[in-house]
Amino acid sequence: MLAKYRVLIPFLFLFLFVSVSTVFAADGSEIDSGVTAWMLVSTALVLLMVPGLAMFYGGLVRTKNVLGTMMHSYAAMGIMTILWVAVGYAMCFGPNVFGGWFGWNSDYFFLSGIDDSILDAGVPEYVFSMFQGKFAIITPALIAGAFAERVKFKSYCLFIALWGLLVYNPLCHWVWAEDGFLFNLGANGAIDFAGGTVVHISAGVSGLIAALYLGARRGFPVTNMPPNNLVMTMIGGGLLWVGWFGFNAGSSVASGLSTAQALTATQVAAASGAISWMIIEAWHQGKATALGIVSGILAGLVAVTPAAGVVQPIGAFALGIFASVFCYLAILVKNRMGYDDSLDAFGIHGIGGIVGAILLTFFIRESWMAEAAALAGGSWSIWQQLGVQVAAVTIAILYAAVCTVILLVVVNKLMGFRSTPQEEMQGLDSAYHSEHGYGMLNPN
Amino acid sequence: MKLVIAIIRETQLDEVREALIEAEIRRITVTRVSGHGKSADEEIYRGKKVVPGLIPRVRLEIALNDEYVDVTVNTIINTVKAQYGPGGTGKSGDGKIFILPLEECIRISTEERGPEGI
Repeated sequence: MLAKYRVLIPFLFLFLFVSVSTVFAADGSEIDSGVTAWMLVSTALVLLMVPGLAMFYGGLVRTKNVLGTMMHSYAAMGIMTILWVAVGYAMCFGPNVFGGWFGWNSDYFFLSGIDDSILDAGVPEYVFSMFQGKFAIITPALIAGAFAERVKFKSYCLFIALWGLLVYNPLCHWVWAEDGFLFNLGANGAIDFAGGTVVHISAGVSGLIAALYLGARRGFPVTNMPPNNLVMTMIGGGLLWVGWFGFNAGSSVASGLSTAQALTATQVAAASGAISWMIIEAWHQGKATALGIVSGILAGLVAVTPAAGVVQPIGAFALGIFASVFCYLAILVKNRMGYDDSLDAFGIHGIGGIVGAILLTFFIRESWMAEAAALAGGSWSIWQQLGVQVAAVTIAILYAAVCTVILLVVVNKLMGFRSTPQEEMQGLDSAYHSEHGYGMLNPN
Repeated sequence: MKLVIAIIRETQLDEVREALIEAEIRRITVTRVSGHGKSADEEIYRGKKVVPGLIPRVRLEIALNDEYVDVTVNTIINTVKAQYGPGGTGKSGDGKIFILPLEECIRISTEERGPEGI
């Protein structure tokens, strides 16, 4: 099917060479070495979350699928980075095109125009671009948890590439680009500090749609599908927490007060999510589990992601509790309804993101509200901001859901998305990679 | 009473287990084992084809009363060879089945012995 598009490849290269020849002059900003140093660290920390996610997800599947599942995260590191450098940054942070559907700036094609550009924040634009690129990697990798253990590897690769272009880049443009329509909604914009709507809601909702579309794993829910290595899941959860400081505190694109506020909120929400989940589980099941505490940590971190810039520690504490309660309920409902969101991409990221993005409204610090009131020309109430948040969340949910359905149908038509029953029984590792994860358990 | 020991590929374990359950054979023990027979399975590590010295397999142990031996053995053989299509010949590496006489069987909880214990 794809063969007929091959004739287009030479034109793509031609386009590339034309664009590379454009040289862009540096603007006048000075490099702030403090901010730049922190943003470099943040960029590395967010990348660390991807192997963290690979370990988190990898430990939760059955032994025969451990490598195939980890490959979903690692493949995203390769595919999404190249797409980001080629067109992603231009689509997210270029000026509006097509009525603001996404952005475009041909100087950003392969980042050719930012070679000596320095942002007003005192950071080389390369650093900002690479930092933002890490978000484009982890978001599609999160979706993979919803359809773990049952998709063809090459179809997954095509899916995340298309999803990045069609879903992530427009959403990112709407929420974070200066001319994005959600960035300018209401008095002071829809609040999404580090990616509650862009990353977690979009990935969670898309995961839910994909899980429903592709159907449950063979034998689900009768067959027991135990995690192969919870120790690895715990390590992965820990790496995610550490990496999240880059994700949230780095999203201030500063190295100062706002960074410290985000960092503190992140730590508090993760901790309150963890203890809330433990208490809920101990009360409901009688025991606090290891998987439970990492789930609580993640729920808290997801919920504080949109809020880290605007809530004080008490607000972060409350958001962690709400996140664990709602995510726990969501998983109970999932079990009742019987659909197979295998690793709870929607249950944790979708629900946690929605809870955080909406409930943060009630914990916004006064200085932010005062600023919004000034921008609105007098007054701005939390109920007005709540309307803005609900609108942003609804738009993210609908846009991600509709586009994901289209992409699933397209990928399924082109190459088939779901593994064959044979491949699924055999395991992804053997079927698609011809390897096995735990060779060392057997003498060989 | 007989003890059936079957050595099969790891990748066919689920199929065989499901087929056995379908045939009402539900009490089995599974272990990971390594060994070598005539088969040489190739794997790929960093683009290089390698043949491991000892090949991982799984071993099923099934204790049975005599009348169930045939159905069990046939189920395992048919399921393993299903991948070659109807009437297809198998390949080396498909595995082996050993059938041993079983002297005694005791269910610990009730201390039932012999055929009742199975």
